[in-house]
Amino acid sequence: MILDGKCPTGPLADKWDNHRQALKLVNPANKRKFKIIVVGTGLAGASAAATLGELGYRVEAFCYQDSPRRAHSIAAQGGINAAKNYPNDGDSIYRLFYDTIKGGDFRAREANVYRLAQISNAIIDQCVAQGVPFARDYAGYLENRSFGGAQVSRTFFARGQTGQQLLLGAYQSLSRQIAAESVKIFPRTEMLDLVLVDGQAKGITVRDLTTGEIRCHAADAVILATGGYVNVFNLSTNAMGCSVTAAWRAHKKGAFFANPCYTQIHPTCIPVSGDHQSKLTLMSESLRNDGRIWVPKKAGDSRLPQNIPENERDYYLERKYPSFGNLAPRDIASRAAKEVCDAGYGIGPGGRGVYLDFGDSIVRLGEDAIRARYGNLFEMYERITDENAYQQPMRIYPAPHYSMGGLWVDYNLQSNIEGLFVLGEANFSDHGANRLGASALMQGLADGYFVIPYTIADYLARTTPGMVSDSHEAFRQSREQVAQQTDRLLSINGRKTASEFHRELGHIMWEQVGMARSASSLSEALKRIPELREEFWLNVRIPGSAQQLNQELEKAGRIADFLEFGELLARDALNREESCGGHFRIEHQTPDGEALRNDADFAHVAAWQYKGADQTPELHKEPLSFENIELAVRSYK
Amino acid sequence: MDLTLHVWRQKGPKDKGKLATYKATDISPDMSFLEMMDVVNEGLIKQGIEPVAFDHDCREGICGTCSQVINGDPHGPQAKTTVCQLHMRQFKDGDEIYIEPWRSRAFPVIRDLVVDRSAMDRLIQAGGYVSVSTGGVPDANAILIPKDDAETAMDAAECIGCGACVAACPNGSAMLFVASKVGQLAKLPQGRAEAARRVCTMTDAMIEEGFGNCSNHYDCEAACPKGISVKFIAQLNREYIMALPKGYKEKE
Ligand SMILES: Cc1cc2nc3c(=O)[nH]c(=O)nc-3n(C[C@H](O)[C@H](O)[C@H](O)COP(=O)(O)OP(=O)(O)OC[C@H]3O[C@@H](n4cnc5c(N)ncnc54)[C@H](O)[C@@H]3O)c2cc1C
Ligand code: SF4
Ligand code: FES
Repeated sequence: MILDGKCPTGPLADKWDNHRQALKLVNPANKRKFKIIVVGTGLAGASAAATLGELGYRVEAFCYQDSPRRAHSIAAQGGINAAKNYPNDGDSIYRLFYDTIKGGDFRAREANVYRLAQISNAIIDQCVAQGVPFARDYAGYLENRSFGGAQVSRTFFARGQTGQQLLLGAYQSLSRQIAAESVKIFPRTEMLDLVLVDGQAKGITVRDLTTGEIRCHAADAVILATGGYVNVFNLSTNAMGCSVTAAWRAHKKGAFFANPCYTQIHPTCIPVSGDHQSKLTLMSESLRNDGRIWVPKKAGDSRLPQNIPENERDYYLERKYPSFGNLAPRDIASRAAKEVCDAGYGIGPGGRGVYLDFGDSIVRLGEDAIRARYGNLFEMYERITDENAYQQPMRIYPAPHYSMGGLWVDYNLQSNIEGLFVLGEANFSDHGANRLGASALMQGLADGYFVIPYTIADYLARTTPGMVSDSHEAFRQSREQVAQQTDRLLSINGRKTASEFHRELGHIMWEQVGMARSASSLSEALKRIPELREEFWLNVRIPGSAQQLNQELEKAGRIADFLEFGELLARDALNREESCGGHFRIEHQTPDGEALRNDADFAHVAAWQYKGADQTPELHKEPLSFENIELAVRSYK
Repeated sequence: MDLTLHVWRQKGPKDKGKLATYKATDISPDMSFLEMMDVVNEGLIKQGIEPVAFDHDCREGICGTCSQVINGDPHGPQAKTTVCQLHMRQFKDGDEIYIEPWRSRAFPVIRDLVVDRSAMDRLIQAGGYVSVSTGGVPDANAILIPKDDAETAMDAAECIGCGACVAACPNGSAMLFVASKVGQLAKLPQGRAEAARRVCTMTDAMIEEGFGNCSNHYDCEAACPKGISVKFIAQLNREYIMALPKGYKEKE
């Protein structure tokens, strides 16, 4: 099937305005009759739930954490982009649009990305009005910094805790709606199924993580804002509970999964210290503004970094990409780090690391200035590694960080299932094959505050409110099916822990489906993942019962989904015979090792349809057409 | 290194609960405290014992989910450090470690080390926000905010809502948590308009939720992983006294 993203026609700059004019509205008196489920309370979910509550809809919001404030958006450090052009350095909506399309290696929809750039400015205004304490200069104006993949300073930040402050702003707006009783909140509740009635999304089935109760919630529309899936790699910068579960269960109910192979490996994370490692910690990309990345010129050089003279250091990003240097986009910087380490130049345990050196900046600006900018990051680095980065360079290595792929949505953020909308990192929409720094926060809030309130109305206005209740047969079936899966997991009583399976899956994914993929590595993964999945269902051990807080049971359910999803990711990667952004196929590179796109055959979105357990999924394509931007080789040299 | 753990085990809210003793062997100093707990839990599972339930998510000190009292200290011995950021190099071979949940009237135990902190969400619902709806707001630079005010607001806004301050307080007061939100929003022109009402409604909610009073022990500041200063409590008290004559208490 050829998929249609339903992008409006007409000039790029007018598309969103014209489209909004054409969308139907729900009359204020009728809004209360509609109930909307929002799964997820990160930036995307919290902003959507709060805004829909303000508009008068009845909203039910869900998260697996004990409080909506703890969604993983809280961990974003660096900042959020907007095209304000406050620094007067040449930024504009068009430039933000262009940078994002180019950063995504020409694999995103023009219309979506332009809308994102247009909305970006209103987001900053909204957050300031909520009391988000962005950094300011002495005159009281907002400050900006530059970020990877851009030559202008367009990133707004609140120390190294931008995500936290933006999320708290959204959480507080949500709290206001909870107090006003327009939003009902269900924390410690995990969505385990999507319920369809006559092909339309009409509710969800959840497990109450405290009591184990499995229950259904019916509604007029369902919004998923459940975050990203890179925990399929086991070790990543995501929180321990981040999973593909909500998206995957929706996929199994018919929602197409788009571009699962587009995963972002972030270049600046603290390297793995041992087998016990449970997650990887990001060191904000903003550090690359003042830190220089290098490795020794001599392979296996075991001298301390401070004893290696300047002329024996290879500042490889500055050497290879003179115009962007240390600010080269993430995929490029990550791959370059892997290359130097594979060639034997890596530093630290196992040679899996490169230096990020602040020596020059400290000489130039003083230690205090560096402390003011990154103090909390340096502290965090020291707590984890016991090393002082003011005195010796940081050691960093790439780690899985972000998923550009996700559930397929059209321009209205509606999936191919009517009534199912997907926002934030959980959808595939705006970042193409690679996301630029500081643009995920922007997208999550754009989706939640400024897009979904318009587009969902258009859907609701065409339906009759309260058509189904949770007594409908479809809900009973869903409840039974979820309960069965829970019982099945508990009854296996094997010999391996869920975490052991996660580590093994992570190992396969990282080695075979990680930063450099090949037909043979991907075929290997496609053989080994199903084997591991089979073993999981015979040999996992989960103590305790279903009627209690049971964290092993929760974990096992998420890993069971990763064991299915990992296969789809590998299949998509094998299918995409080109290199683009975060997807690098070693068969497709230029003589000097850069990604080689194949626009003739792959300028499309790959959207997969579930066909049943152990069946090959069906591929649908949405062609990408570029009316305003000329497809070009993405060069940062 | 090898350690002996004494861990609080409690099946549910109504169970009495007790300490159980487990060995943690072959622990690397580079592990985080929670990674050490993971190792112990995997061992328990293999022995057919239910693992210790504990709350955690980001494991990088920002989500505020992790919550354990270690040898009597909420978040353990290292200053300004959450349990998930605490590393085993802070301990030595042979140490005995007592691990307990947050204990406070307002935080009932759900299981083992997991407690119910929803009362803190209800404190924010009582007024810890600016009453602005989406859309129709002025340009972000239309209202200037002096750098020092923005910085002070940010100092307060760093609170991660973990509840260690409550767990540390002999009275189980949530004063530092509430003061950080009141302090942040009162410092900013956007939040100033509602400052008087906010301090009253949030303080009232604190009493309703069963949090205790503040009697200036300052154990909260010592336990706070983000180093939120008790000066914000002093500011809250000033705001509160200024707000009283405005009569918000009676109106609510
Ligand atoms: C360490 C780190 C730093 C980052 N820094 C930046 C940055 O500086 N700038 C930037 O732009 N981006 C950054 N990002 C990316 C950005 O933070 C995320 O992409 C974005 O915050 C995702 O928001 P979200 O709302 O889509 O999902 P999340 O914030 O992950 O929220 C997901 C929500 O869904 C809920 N959920 C998930 N599954 C279920 C289920 N089955 N049932 C019920 N609830 C469920 C969760 O409880 C949670 O509430 C960073 C990411 C990380 C990990
Ligand atoms: S004030 Fe400190 S201790 Fe209290 S909730 Fe906030 S961060 Fe935790
Ligand atoms: S787990 Fe997030 S702060 Fe400790």
